[in-house]
Amino acid sequence: MASDKLKTLTDSNFDQEIRSGVTLVDFWAEWCGPCRRIAPIVEQLAGEYEGRATIAKLNVDENPNVPGRFMIRGIPTLLLFKNGQLADTLVGLAPKETIAQMLEKHL
Amino acid sequence: MTSDRRVVIIGSGPAGLTAALYAARANLKPLLIEGLEAGGQLMLTTMVENWPGYRDGIMGPDLMAEMRAQALRFGTEVIEGNVTAVDLGQRPLTIAIDAAGRITTDALIIATGASARWLEIGSDRKLSGHGVSTCATCDGYFFRGKPIAVIGGGDSAMEEAIYLTKFASKVTVVHRRDTLRASKIMQDKAIANPKIDFVWDSEVAEIKDVGRGEVTGIVVRNVKTGQLRELPLDGVFIAIGHTPNTALVKGQLELDGNGYIVTHHGTRTSVPGVFAAGDVQDHVYRQAVTAAGSGCMAAIDAERYLEGMPEHAETVGAPRSVEVRSPQ
Repeated sequence: MASDKLKTLTDSNFDQEIRSGVTLVDFWAEWCGPCRRIAPIVEQLAGEYEGRATIAKLNVDENPNVPGRFMIRGIPTLLLFKNGQLADTLVGLAPKETIAQMLEKHL
Repeated sequence: MTSDRRVVIIGSGPAGLTAALYAARANLKPLLIEGLEAGGQLMLTTMVENWPGYRDGIMGPDLMAEMRAQALRFGTEVIEGNVTAVDLGQRPLTIAIDAAGRITTDALIIATGASARWLEIGSDRKLSGHGVSTCATCDGYFFRGKPIAVIGGGDSAMEEAIYLTKFASKVTVVHRRDTLRASKIMQDKAIANPKIDFVWDSEVAEIKDVGRGEVTGIVVRNVKTGQLRELPLDGVFIAIGHTPNTALVKGQLELDGNGYIVTHHGTRTSVPGVFAAGDVQDHVYRQAVTAAGSGCMAAIDAERYLEGMPEHAETVGAPRSVEVRSPQ
């Protein structure tokens, strides 16, 4: 499993962690059914993109500030940051291929 | 040419999982491909109060987890992947799966269900994830203490409206008629709820504000007078029904005018060996229990179809029929 390659972001470490390179953040919560479906896909990508991009997740229940800052009103949402700047957004369930394409576009 | 599989099931809602359960118990070793919206529409619901056998109700996701476990228990193989294409024009039938490549099968059960319909007014899609949602259980949390609207007048709209009162300061139901389509019990619950009010005979003309990238209000048009009115609010939940997920089979199976798969003599489609179950072929009943029922029918229809195939004698042994009929 690639779970150790998937970073866990919080309100406090968020800015530090997305500062450089390409970072994909999966905004999720326990009570969100579709989030459970996208979680294993994101985990696989963490393994496949190791060293090229940072793949991370952020629990919106425990960390309300970051979702507020990016006006997230629905999950699952994937945000892609390039050197600290928001570069792409994907709302809702998406197949692995679509997420990989979004990553490739910015690498 | 021998096929990889005797029966493949596409979809993992009540129809797909019940088809898998019956096919597995008939020793057909079914392969089920879950699809992106695994578990189907019940994964987006809360308490299901009309599933027989649970007198106090059961949570939608819990019910689906039970159904999945039951299908697995009898030998269903599940692929957590998506079907990207099917070829129903030749034998064996061919299915392309993103996570597993190409697979051939003698029989196919399509239980791909239906997905939430959007308003298709432009602004709804553009503000998806920024205040417009089709999933109250996913996104209600983001509207604590805020006024929101639910669009629609059916059971799902009432369920969403009632659920959302847990978070929202006020829920306005916008419906294009002057009466609700929802069942009496759901209507009564919604009308009695002090946080819910209704805007009748109205449709959504526009959701604001695409420029700001967030929802600030909706413009509703009275369908009788044509009058426009703006309602300031922070979120819009769309519950105006569903569209069948038939893009995969379009042009290969007979569909009706609304895109649903046409079935005859039970669950048979226009292609022999291909069966359809659940909401993908039903725009009338659309219940978990009817979907499950038609999933069972599809498995039995597929089994009978396979019995009539020439290679039946070599691939399926005699004990199968004994197992099917043994009472629990």
